[in-house]
Amino acid sequence: MPSLQVNFAGIKSPNPFWLASAPPTNSGYQIMKAFDAGWGGAVWKTLGVPIVNVSSRYGSVNYRDTRMMGFNNIELISDRPLKDNLREITEVKKRFPDHAVIASLMVQSRKEWHQIVQDVTNAGADGIELNFGCPHGMCERGMGSAVGQEPEVLKTIVGWVMEVATIPVITKLTPNITDITQPAIAAAEAGSDAISLINTIQSIVGVDIDDFVPYPKVGGLSTNGGYCGPAVKPIALNMLKNCAQHPGVNIPISGIGGIENWRDAVEFMLLGASTVQVCTAVMHYGFGIIREMVAGLENYMEEKGFASVEDFVGKAVPKVVHWEDLNLRYKVVASIDANKCIGCQLCYTACEDGAHQAIGLAVAPDRKPHIIEENCVGCNLCSLVCPVENCITMQRLDDGSATESWKQRTDANMIPTTFDDSRAGGLHHTLPDPGEALKVIKPKHYGIR
Amino acid sequence: MSEYQKPLSAEEYDINFSALKPLMSDTEAAMESARCLFCYDAPCVHACPTGIDIPLFIRQINSKNDTAAAKTIYESNVFGYACGKVCPTEELCEGACVYNHSDVKPIEIGRLQSFASQKSIANNKKHFHPLAPVGKKVAVVGAGPAGIACAAELRLHGISVDIFEAKENPSGLTVHGVAPYKISNEEVLAEMSYLENQYGFNIHYNTLINTHAEIKRLEAEYDTIFLGIGLWKSSELSLPGEELERVIGAIEFIEQLRSDKHHTNISGKVIVLGGGNTAMDVASECCRMGVDEVVLAYRRSRQEMGAYGFEYDLARAAGMRSIFNVMPLELIGDHAVSAVRFITTKTENGKVVPVPGTEFTDFCDWVIKATGQSRQDSLLDLIGIARNKAGNIITDENFQTSNARYYAAGDAVSGGQEVVNAVADGKKAAKAIILNLRQS
Repeated sequence: MPSLQVNFAGIKSPNPFWLASAPPTNSGYQIMKAFDAGWGGAVWKTLGVPIVNVSSRYGSVNYRDTRMMGFNNIELISDRPLKDNLREITEVKKRFPDHAVIASLMVQSRKEWHQIVQDVTNAGADGIELNFGCPHGMCERGMGSAVGQEPEVLKTIVGWVMEVATIPVITKLTPNITDITQPAIAAAEAGSDAISLINTIQSIVGVDIDDFVPYPKVGGLSTNGGYCGPAVKPIALNMLKNCAQHPGVNIPISGIGGIENWRDAVEFMLLGASTVQVCTAVMHYGFGIIREMVAGLENYMEEKGFASVEDFVGKAVPKVVHWEDLNLRYKVVASIDANKCIGCQLCYTACEDGAHQAIGLAVAPDRKPHIIEENCVGCNLCSLVCPVENCITMQRLDDGSATESWKQRTDANMIPTTFDDSRAGGLHHTLPDPGEALKVIKPKHYGIR
Repeated sequence: MSEYQKPLSAEEYDINFSALKPLMSDTEAAMESARCLFCYDAPCVHACPTGIDIPLFIRQINSKNDTAAAKTIYESNVFGYACGKVCPTEELCEGACVYNHSDVKPIEIGRLQSFASQKSIANNKKHFHPLAPVGKKVAVVGAGPAGIACAAELRLHGISVDIFEAKENPSGLTVHGVAPYKISNEEVLAEMSYLENQYGFNIHYNTLINTHAEIKRLEAEYDTIFLGIGLWKSSELSLPGEELERVIGAIEFIEQLRSDKHHTNISGKVIVLGGGNTAMDVASECCRMGVDEVVLAYRRSRQEMGAYGFEYDLARAAGMRSIFNVMPLELIGDHAVSAVRFITTKTENGKVVPVPGTEFTDFCDWVIKATGQSRQDSLLDLIGIARNKAGNIITDENFQTSNARYYAAGDAVSGGQEVVNAVADGKKAAKAIILNLRQS
């Protein structure tokens, strides 16, 4: 049986699944319930200064039949009295001594930071997370993402915290910045024990097209919120990769952003996260999803022969290189399995209208399209739109013996200089004349009135 | 013993005859429409006789634009709601859905279609506006699917239309001859009144056209006459004992059931003669009326039945039992039928031949004849319209009959097809009429 135990920058946890600082960690009641359900750790909803919230607070992006594919909130940090939260931290730790309780904090002055760090340490928290990410409301008061967007300010505040911190400190970063590694490096340089990312992305999730008010609505008006949920995962993964690859960061990373099942968690871990934090999925489905996550991770580790989480954290990091280092000689083309094809012709129309006109239609009544190999650039689009598992696959054409990257070409002064240069791309792709577009036979029901 | 108890009240009747394709809720429509792949040149469109742009209207439902979805539907098929309910979608659009090839449940196109159409009917949303009068008049005989579809298309082009209907209600078999669990009278009539209001044709009810004088009047007053007369009563068997009580035609039984509901007089053991979709409907209906036993008797084999597989399954699930390769010789009884004498048959060179010496008698309380419908020959004879051997009106590809003043479509031409076929052909006939009137 593989061990899911982690030691994240000195914070021990029975598994790498933590609840992110958010509504699910608003109270000791919720966190006890979560630990009882199987969560390994929880980052308490941010403690700090008194605030007032509005209603409503959340908005959602639904995609077709999927609700909350993207999620946005304009809620602020905890509005519960600090002393209540501190008392509950103690209570939770007493009942769950082996679980990780991390206090998320957000205050303004050096004095306030010193005081609150000592408060949560005395309450028994295992670690601290500095909320430099919240992109709404708090940033207008000079906190949250206002700090995360200014590496120098961030560095100063992390420094204040480190002056008094006796427990591990995690700096949570905002994605609302051009280069995520700059605040990450600043945090590392200031002595932060770890970083976590991403916080939510500034967003407007939608607009009511009848009354013209964006969501979520507060008395006929709205404001930009923080975006999260499955939709943000690719952005989070890229920022995680940037930090994991940067030699200046070199501290543990807790991955956050759209994680909803064991598979998402593994992807974050492969790209360098040694713990993962979850919020939206719990807000959608409750704490019970942890059963699927733990079982899935255990099964994965068993199948792959990983004894501990450290065995695979970061394994995908070296697999991400610059574009210029990719092999230009690697060549795949699409292949359609006619036995599996159900004749929807989505690959045809996707390639025809959206790509490289490399798929032809069959002669009616057969509806199984075919690949025009000389036009196929191996882009994957057809295989992505195909609704049948493993019907369209990408077949490798090169024998793997030759490797040549753009960088190698550049170094060897072999890059094309004109479009008709034989070394230029796209030379073998035949395109019809523009006017041919109007002669294509359309399905008979298109545009019929 | 049937699967169903005899319904003693309107409520019990409604339970036994509950809708096969109930109206979707907004949630169900949102979920179901999300599954549509939006196939390129989708096979469902090709499978629809009226060529509705199905992927488009489903996409419109999914983007919460039910009004546009309904317009897409009605653009091709004025019986949008009814067809969603009564079409054999398993054989048409849904049967063509590519999901069938990957063992995934096909999209419930029929129910989505009724969902969107219903919204426009409920809001009385006018999608189309007839052109100003062009000074042409067409008489439509029969307010069934073919006639209404023809009338609607003619009206769009500014042609005045008077529809003459023998019965007191419009929509022909959709009101009178469709199984009640497929669509209710209220639903049919709501769509009809929506269409009448939108397209502005006049329907003259209880107006049977069957005299020389009436025909002459139509010919004098109208530029063109469209015959959407459908079929007539159930066919006669021409067997001894056919005049006995409790021997009834399928169409007449369904019509009675649709109006009398749980008061419909049917009980005991029912023998249904026939092997088509109407036979299945009638058998299923008798089961739902809680009769003791329903036996389908068909003169050919199960494989040779005209009924769709799903209709047969539906009737069987309701409690119907079948005997194949039997032919009725005689209906026996004093006043009312009490037995049918059959003979076993076999098929030789496609022809049914009785096997001598295999006669047997099966007792029963009712016999329902579902062996086809007869035609309104007297009217066609009066006008002088050519028919083929089967008795169907002969038309050219433009639905023009041997008498150039007359066009025809629907069951009277096809010999008996689905509502959707009549709608498709009625509209095509209208297009031909419009072209013809423009040239004249």
